[in-house]
Amino acid sequence: MNYIEPHGHMVSRTTDDYERMALAGCVAISEPAFWAGYDRASVKGFFDYFRQLTEYEPARAKKFGIQHFCWICINPKEGDDPGFAREVIEIIPEFLKRPNVLGVGEIGLNKNTKNELLILEEQIDLAVKHNQLILVHTPHLEDKHKGTRIIMDALLSRGDVDPGRVLIDHVEEHTVAEVLDNGFWAGMTLYPETKCTSQRAADIIEMHGTERLWMNSACDWGISDPLAVPKARIELKRRGHSEAVIKTLTYDNPHTFLSQSPNFVLAG
Amino acid sequence: MKYETSCPLSHREIVDTYYLEHRAKLIDIAAFFDRLERAADGTPDKDDFRVTALRDALNLLGDGEGERAKRVLDLLSDPTTEIPQSAAGTKGALGAAPEGSK
Repeated sequence: MNYIEPHGHMVSRTTDDYERMALAGCVAISEPAFWAGYDRASVKGFFDYFRQLTEYEPARAKKFGIQHFCWICINPKEGDDPGFAREVIEIIPEFLKRPNVLGVGEIGLNKNTKNELLILEEQIDLAVKHNQLILVHTPHLEDKHKGTRIIMDALLSRGDVDPGRVLIDHVEEHTVAEVLDNGFWAGMTLYPETKCTSQRAADIIEMHGTERLWMNSACDWGISDPLAVPKARIELKRRGHSEAVIKTLTYDNPHTFLSQSPNFVLAG
Repeated sequence: MKYETSCPLSHREIVDTYYLEHRAKLIDIAAFFDRLERAADGTPDKDDFRVTALRDALNLLGDGEGERAKRVLDLLSDPTTEIPQSAAGTKGALGAAPEGSK
């Protein structure tokens, strides 16, 4: 069964990972812009990174029959320096025009600061101005619940953001209901130690349904697994969930959300 | 689509499928607490706030109420509403709300 990996940081992964994902049925990957594990020294670092996302990764994925799409932004960790973040925001519009770009993301909060919130709001402005989809990163561990609420307030209080065009990622048991109840899409990230395991993701699906929900590996340079989505499909299957439910979660739902961008067109 | 009956597996199937895995995780937690008592610098007068949070979470598991995963996550969350100006270079999270935040 084909699947879509809606959140994978392939710049941090090997070519072997592309091959393994293709063998597991992956037909498309969407790659949000994120933190590199260190703060970039200049805007030029971001310019090069955005070129990697829009030029090099699509070519690397294509060798394995995978279509590569991406999101452009300055991430919340580096957003805590507003002066620098604004310099990066200035170069984003030219990349939003590129053919594999789906929207602005992953924007959000990390340590729930006023500086991060300011840059989040300015990038929401950017997305609205350019009619782009939004992919949201919610904070880690103890910061997640507070941060998710602040982010939703920032999005909903404006009145010009359609929650159906926003995916709020990394939800867990304590945040998923609020995200879905407010009309947003929700992403569950499958990590071995933090965020959701396959089993807990299956539990959340059983308790909250399949509407506006997807699963992703968010594979990056940390402890993560690029095959987390196909492994979660096995978890759902062993519990007795139907092929139709599994397809809804791992192909149809990402396809439906991402297709709101005119750039998301799958071959065949 | 909503699942009115939740998990499709029977009670027995859930136990058969997951018992050994969670038995192992429970023993890991027990060994973690034993390891703390064998620390090279001895046992501190006061637990690290993360250890305290873990002890509180373990107590929660035995209270007979539902939504355990959600309540554990809530217990381990920052309950404050203040928004600081900057993280001052801090990037990571610790997994429990620091002491004094509750």
